[in-house]
Amino acid sequence: MTEHLRASGVAAGRVSQDTVEANFSDLHPAYAPHEAMVAADRCYFCHDAPCITACPTAIDIPLFIRQIATGTPEGAAETILEQNILGGMCARVCPTETLCEQACVREAAEGKPVEIGRLQRHATDILMEKDVHPFTRTEATGKTVAVVGAGPAGLACAHRLAMHGHDVVIFEARAKGGGLNEFGIAAYKSTEDFAQRELDWLLQIGGIEIRYEQALGDGLSLSGLQDDFDAVFLGMGLGGVNALSLEGEEADHVTDAVAFIADLRQAEDLTALPVGRRVVVIGGGMTAVDAAVQSKLLGAEEVTIVYRRGQEAMSASKYEQDLAQQKGVRIVCNAAPVGIEGNGALSGVTFAYTEARDGKLVVTDETFTLPADQVFKAIGQTLAETPEALKLDGRKIAVDGAGRTSVAGVWAGGDCAAGGDDLTVTAVAEGRDAALDIHATLAGAS
Amino acid sequence: MADLTTTFCGITSPNPFWLASAPPTDKEYNVRRAFEAGWGGVVWKTLGEDGPPIVNVNGPRYGAVWGADRRLLGLNNIELITDRPLQVNLDEMTRVKKDYPDRALIASVMVPCEEAAWKEILPRIAETGCDGFELNFGCPHGMAERGMGSAVGQVPEYIEMVTRWCKETTDLPVIVKLTPNVTNILGPAQAAKDGGADAVSLINTINSITSVNLDTMSPEPMIDGKGTHGGYCGPAVKPIALNMVAEIARNPTTHGLPISGIGGVTTWRDAAEFIALGAGNVQVCTAAMTYGFKIVQEMVSGLSQWMDEQGHTRVEDVVGRAVPNVTDWQYLNLNYVTKARIDQDACIKCGRCYAACEDTSHQAISMSPDRVFEVMDDECVACNLCVNVCPVEDCITMETLTPGAVDERTGKTVEEEPANWTVHPNNPSATAAE
Ligand SMILES: Cc1cc2nc3c(=O)[nH]c(=O)nc-3n(C[C@H](O)[C@H](O)[C@H](O)COP(=O)(O)OP(=O)(O)OC[C@H]3O[C@@H](n4cnc5c(N)ncnc54)[C@H](O)[C@@H]3O)c2cc1C
Ligand SMILES: Cc1cc2nc3c(=O)[nH]c(=O)nc-3n(C[C@H](O)[C@H](O)[C@H](O)COP(=O)(O)O)c2cc1C
Ligand code: SF4
Ligand code: SF4
Ligand code: SF4
Repeated sequence: MTEHLRASGVAAGRVSQDTVEANFSDLHPAYAPHEAMVAADRCYFCHDAPCITACPTAIDIPLFIRQIATGTPEGAAETILEQNILGGMCARVCPTETLCEQACVREAAEGKPVEIGRLQRHATDILMEKDVHPFTRTEATGKTVAVVGAGPAGLACAHRLAMHGHDVVIFEARAKGGGLNEFGIAAYKSTEDFAQRELDWLLQIGGIEIRYEQALGDGLSLSGLQDDFDAVFLGMGLGGVNALSLEGEEADHVTDAVAFIADLRQAEDLTALPVGRRVVVIGGGMTAVDAAVQSKLLGAEEVTIVYRRGQEAMSASKYEQDLAQQKGVRIVCNAAPVGIEGNGALSGVTFAYTEARDGKLVVTDETFTLPADQVFKAIGQTLAETPEALKLDGRKIAVDGAGRTSVAGVWAGGDCAAGGDDLTVTAVAEGRDAALDIHATLAGAS
Repeated sequence: MADLTTTFCGITSPNPFWLASAPPTDKEYNVRRAFEAGWGGVVWKTLGEDGPPIVNVNGPRYGAVWGADRRLLGLNNIELITDRPLQVNLDEMTRVKKDYPDRALIASVMVPCEEAAWKEILPRIAETGCDGFELNFGCPHGMAERGMGSAVGQVPEYIEMVTRWCKETTDLPVIVKLTPNVTNILGPAQAAKDGGADAVSLINTINSITSVNLDTMSPEPMIDGKGTHGGYCGPAVKPIALNMVAEIARNPTTHGLPISGIGGVTTWRDAAEFIALGAGNVQVCTAAMTYGFKIVQEMVSGLSQWMDEQGHTRVEDVVGRAVPNVTDWQYLNLNYVTKARIDQDACIKCGRCYAACEDTSHQAISMSPDRVFEVMDDECVACNLCVNVCPVEDCITMETLTPGAVDERTGKTVEEEPANWTVHPNNPSATAAE
């Protein structure tokens, strides 16, 4: 198939089908069986292992790795899933370089940690391929819980509640579940429709019903849910996005990065997905990197991430930054957008260099313009409108340690709740812990 | 450069590395290639009686134990002695010896425990021009059930008797190969010496089952659902072999009997250790079966380099150097006190030393909330377990307390003069130290 690498404007089919397939293949491919044994053998089975502490879901890492090494990956998977029901997805998307693998003693010793993420994938893949669901429900309690959002937080919460015998109904605004696992995570991290397969596998526990295209605030009210259910868990993530507040922001081809990624994740045929020849991504987090890298993989010729502070302040990890640069993305730091050029038909973005003065970021007079036919805004997601009754902490729902909101009988977790990093694994931990608190509360009330 | 030429019980070879009697020495094709690769000698695969050849199993004959990355640590076999006709072997040996006169060619022999059998076969084999005989009293499987191999090697009287028959028959050196499947190696060694053996070689393989197939409930290697104990060899058996070699070397009545060290020799260093414990040369089987003949090049260069560094010019200079330091427990100095020391810069905070000491030893390592591990001298008995389990080399070491220092565990001052169990006050039969 012909490639149209240098087609101007925003165009589809810049690279061939084969190239697209190669570009979007697994970032961290599965181990061959022997590779897994060699990797597992590197684990020292540390006492009170620091990697466990560094995992937000506190998976017993030395134990599961030893189970792999001794030829029982299914047992290893159970050890993982007991703590983290989305252990399969987390194995693919966790920034391990800032979590478990950063804490691994072999990282300190030789800069080469035990590859915990890939080992976790190895074990969970084997169990899921066998289509085994290792958990069962305890006797039905007769209690019902409403969960808002079928993202990682909502699913983890629902699964743990179901295990404890409660009946759960998940209300999901979209037509598909999985949350950002399905719509946000970079395509090369979650290949072969993994998010949906994991969702189906998770639901095997029973006792969880998902009602799609049912949104809180759009036909459903919090008080209504409270009336109908014994408890409510909110895991609706961050539905809104920050705006640049620049003139021209509404121009064609100036898009939210999350929307672009969602389109990309849902595209049947990536060669049909248009992308600019010159792409500018504004932001410094994981979303910015993912939008930039995937633009590059779709065949964009020049992709530049522009971040307003220094590179060390980027919330994308060093690994993500390196990945971007290795894929040919340019990272420009200390520059903030001041103008969208092109009179409605986008031609570029003008930036001004920034400086830190007295701890404050100041825009200088020195500017430059990057030609662009597509701009992605990745300057942060925000909480969409929330029920008024809920107290906020900053721009998120205020919660205590166990996820209790200011409204009795309502819990929250994941990206929409204050505290913790905005990561899949953190959402799982918060959903699980809220479920345990809901369970304890419901048990006490009966 | 060190001269590796070795003369072992009268047999000279360009280096002390011989291939042990086993598949690597099974036929002319192998042995020629082994000599081309640089091996100093070979002990030909054990010859048996003339007549219908031996029959081997036709399913797997080896089982194995692996370490990390599938490194072969131990091999087990249920192979018998040569399964090729005697005359074919003899013709081949003759041709090889003629073409490689400077290499050692030893004939390994195993025939039934009858005088006539031994006295008939040795002269016939000697016609090949071989340099000596090795009597195989070692193989633990198959042949033993027929009253040969280790069935002989486990009965000192038989060893002595057969050795004597052989010595009466031939002028060539006779090496007796010993089986480790005995409770005390000194009995067989002494018997060989009493029978007139010129040397002993050890160890042959150790009775073993490498693993059990939990699906078929059969031991490995498995033949049609059944298995049998095979002979264990390779790196895993080296410590057992080293001890047996040392026992013979330090025992007053067997001391001085030439020893060919066998069992797990894989590198030049293994060879040097056997030689230091009294072996005059070494034999290798599993390492060659794992990596091929080329490993001898590393063995030759490594041993030469080490000897040069140590200032040894000939292999004989090294033989038995460590033997005087092998002693009985009762003679170990109880006034020698050490304490474990953790190098905090090298420590990677894995906590293995802590888990080992806390759970299974003397609760002598402390762990702080921020994972600093420290040895408590008042509890440390210097067992060395932490050193052994620490994944970082030289991170934990043993420091020797100098005389005059106080051992915080016992409260006693370390004495200058050594004192062992024979003079210890708790020993009822202690002789007063004078
Ligand atoms: C582009 C991108 C890349 C990322 N990459 C990574 C990564 O590599 N690794 C990582 O660990 N994390 C990554 N993250 C973060 C991670 O995806 C989130 O932290 C995680 O998905 C949060 O889970 P959640 O369940 O709280 O929210 P979400 O995943 O956002 O799920 C919320 C769900 O609620 C639904 N919903 C929203 N509003 C309503 C409503 N009113 N009523 C009913 N349903 C509603 C949504 O449709 C969605 O299904 C990434 C995020 C983005 C945006
Ligand atoms: C497959 C196999 C066959 C063997 N056959 C014989 C044999 O016929 N005669 C013999 O004396 N020893 C035999 N042995 C024992 C070896 O010669 C040697 O003593 C033993 O393997 C230990 O040495 P290693 O650890 O270097 O292998 C055999 C060993 C193996 C592995
Ligand atoms: S820190 Fe590393 S070596 Fe230690 S248990 Fe965890 S993964 Fe294994
Ligand atoms: S090593 Fe050679 S003879 Fe033995 S099983 Fe393998 S292929 Fe066959
Ligand atoms: S075993 Fe070694 S590296 Fe590990 S904590 Fe102890 S001293 Fe440190």
